[in-house]
Amino acid sequence: MQVQLRSPNTIMKLSRLGSFHQSKLSFLRSFLDEFKDWEYKRDLFSLDELGYGTAVYSFKKKDRIYSLVCFANKIDDGERSDRVIATKWDAAFTLHDGVPSKKDIERLRNEVPKQEVGRLSYKELTLSRANKSVRVFNHVVESLSNGYQPDLNLLEKVGYLYRTTAVYGSGKFGLADRFRIKNREEINGPFRLEMMLVYLVRQFTFDQVNHVAKSKNPKTAVELDPKICKKLGIGNSTGLGMAPFIVNHPTLLNNWIMSREIALKKIREIKKINSNEIQVFKDSLRKSIKNITSWNSESEYQKKKINSLLEDVQKFLKFIETKFNFEIDYPFNEIYLWIEEKTCNECIEYIASMMLEPFDYIVKPLVNQMSSEEDKYFTIPTDRNVEDLRNIIEKRYPDILKINFTKKENNKNFWFISKNKEEPRYADRFEETGSNLEQPLAIARDIKKLHSQLMVSKNSLTIDKFLAQNNDLRHVVRRAFIIEKFPYSEIQDNTIGKNVIPIDMLRLKLSFFGALKFDPRSDKWLRICMFQGAPLPNELKNFDQQWIYNS
Amino acid sequence: MKSLSEIDTTSKRASRAAGYSWGVAEEIGKNIRLLELFGLEGIKTLNQYYSVKDKEKFSNLNLIIENNISDKYPYCPIILGINFLDQIRTLEKFEKITFNKISFPLLLLPFLSRSSEIIGKKINLKFDKIKFLLNLNVNISSNLLDKNCPEIASNVEINIIENKDNFTEQEWKSLYKLSEETFVEETESLKQGAAGAGLTDND
Repeated sequence: MQVQLRSPNTIMKLSRLGSFHQSKLSFLRSFLDEFKDWEYKRDLFSLDELGYGTAVYSFKKKDRIYSLVCFANKIDDGERSDRVIATKWDAAFTLHDGVPSKKDIERLRNEVPKQEVGRLSYKELTLSRANKSVRVFNHVVESLSNGYQPDLNLLEKVGYLYRTTAVYGSGKFGLADRFRIKNREEINGPFRLEMMLVYLVRQFTFDQVNHVAKSKNPKTAVELDPKICKKLGIGNSTGLGMAPFIVNHPTLLNNWIMSREIALKKIREIKKINSNEIQVFKDSLRKSIKNITSWNSESEYQKKKINSLLEDVQKFLKFIETKFNFEIDYPFNEIYLWIEEKTCNECIEYIASMMLEPFDYIVKPLVNQMSSEEDKYFTIPTDRNVEDLRNIIEKRYPDILKINFTKKENNKNFWFISKNKEEPRYADRFEETGSNLEQPLAIARDIKKLHSQLMVSKNSLTIDKFLAQNNDLRHVVRRAFIIEKFPYSEIQDNTIGKNVIPIDMLRLKLSFFGALKFDPRSDKWLRICMFQGAPLPNELKNFDQQWIYNS
Repeated sequence: MKSLSEIDTTSKRASRAAGYSWGVAEEIGKNIRLLELFGLEGIKTLNQYYSVKDKEKFSNLNLIIENNISDKYPYCPIILGINFLDQIRTLEKFEKITFNKISFPLLLLPFLSRSSEIIGKKINLKFDKIKFLLNLNVNISSNLLDKNCPEIASNVEINIIENKDNFTEQEWKSLYKLSEETFVEETESLKQGAAGAGLTDND
């Protein structure tokens, strides 16, 4: 039996992308799998009794070493902010390529805490900063210093000791360009170095809290139970900075979604599945319920989504426990058809992700196909003609061509870069100034404009001649030729319409990171948790592949 | 030191601010990155061009032919470059393409370099005793090293070089003969066991 890949016109809608969940393809899970045989070490831990100072952690294999350099600084409570406009943080981090010399550490001490206004070098790979969850951190210090473990209810509710507010890579602020390191096999997958930084930061937070507790009361202090550590991750506050990324990297976006879609298709095409595979699927699903019930959010929008997800997952569990026979042919295809008919978008994508769990032999080869040589597809094939281009657009953007952009509601917002923080922002073009400086992120509108222009151009006109008269449309001509080869490269929605929820774009990217517990704080930023339930560095040699459902 | 990613992004944004469309600005970002990667003064030259762009006049050439003459103003290197890149499949047929004057010719180089990659042929650029060889976008060689590139190039000549060896047949034979000294003469018994031995060729 052959199952068709799901249509981009369904999957690439923002409401669907905003319902994506982590899966076995997510980067933090792949990262742990790929680095499990690396040697982990804490090379330096020089903190004062209040936990301020410098620490270095490393991963090493043969001659390759990556070192996380941490700087923990004192800041006043009034200075602590997760917003991008903040200028001070509880801790700042960089991932250094190799072993940092004393001179390197001194240089980094001056630059890393300054974050965006500091300068890094080609020897640094990623950069980040984080703030304490003061309530949780202080509670844990207090408890440990008095000789007992902290309140698990509080820890479970928050899920972390620190949350990062940005993780930068790929040449930002002088960091190494991707091209310098792209041939390294161990970091072939997307965002591996960002994942490494966050993972090592997590360990730093445990070491720091233990150190402060011990310094406070050396006689009575105990260490945070490793079982509790495992249940803690690293939080992250994320705003619109992430949204343009998925528009600006179309082939990469395609490769992420395509890998997931191919995995799902192959799993639906399996005729018979064995008892072990059934067990892994059912166990993962049952355990994962805790990830939903412990998913706290004040957002009405998200609360509704969580409630309908929980209701539908429970309905599905009841269905497979009481009515479904896994011994039929193509059981996962039947399951997929059932969830598509009977459950909400959140649940469809949740179960779709869960279906990947038992099938390492399908998923692992796909992990290696999630990067992209983007420059290879940058050049426009100008020897093609107007008819070719129009056909591509009509085939690949069917719903977008139906949008009427002369209606105010469909042309309501614009994306821009803020002058004070050089960060992407989103605003109402009829209420705010600056729409003349709009970023090229209104792809649907510009594709429609391109299509109109093609409709009045001669079919046989070659693209070089079309562009000579229409270079204002060059950015979307390029995209249209990309989507011809990469069907999942484009959001099939209007990103400037009245009803757009920008955090749907963040949710898509974060799900591929492997984030849990999306907690929207508005329609423009949210909090998440990463690595909750993950093995500790000293457990990497042998860990449960379904760790993410143990948190 | 600025990363190439910063150079690309900043050049792109500056080019948009200078009045080019986003699609053209994207090309310029990639180009300046390429120039800097090859050790040429991309940022400096782009700055120089944008500082005079609104004060001086430049001629925009959309359809490139064999001999291109602008009566009044030098050609804008960006518009010329974009069209050269887009029209390279047509231009490939010409042995020589000439332009009487081009402003800031360094900004034209990355377009030619990328064109060279598209057609798989080297491209020569010559003006005022200055020569550049654009080598399939792998590198750019020049006799300009350590000298500033002029702001205006006169009597510009572009040659698309057909793929051919860079050496004589005699030079090749001489080297090949030396390489033969790594081969071992096969004995009869070795020949009997070689692939295909014992079969007829028409089975």
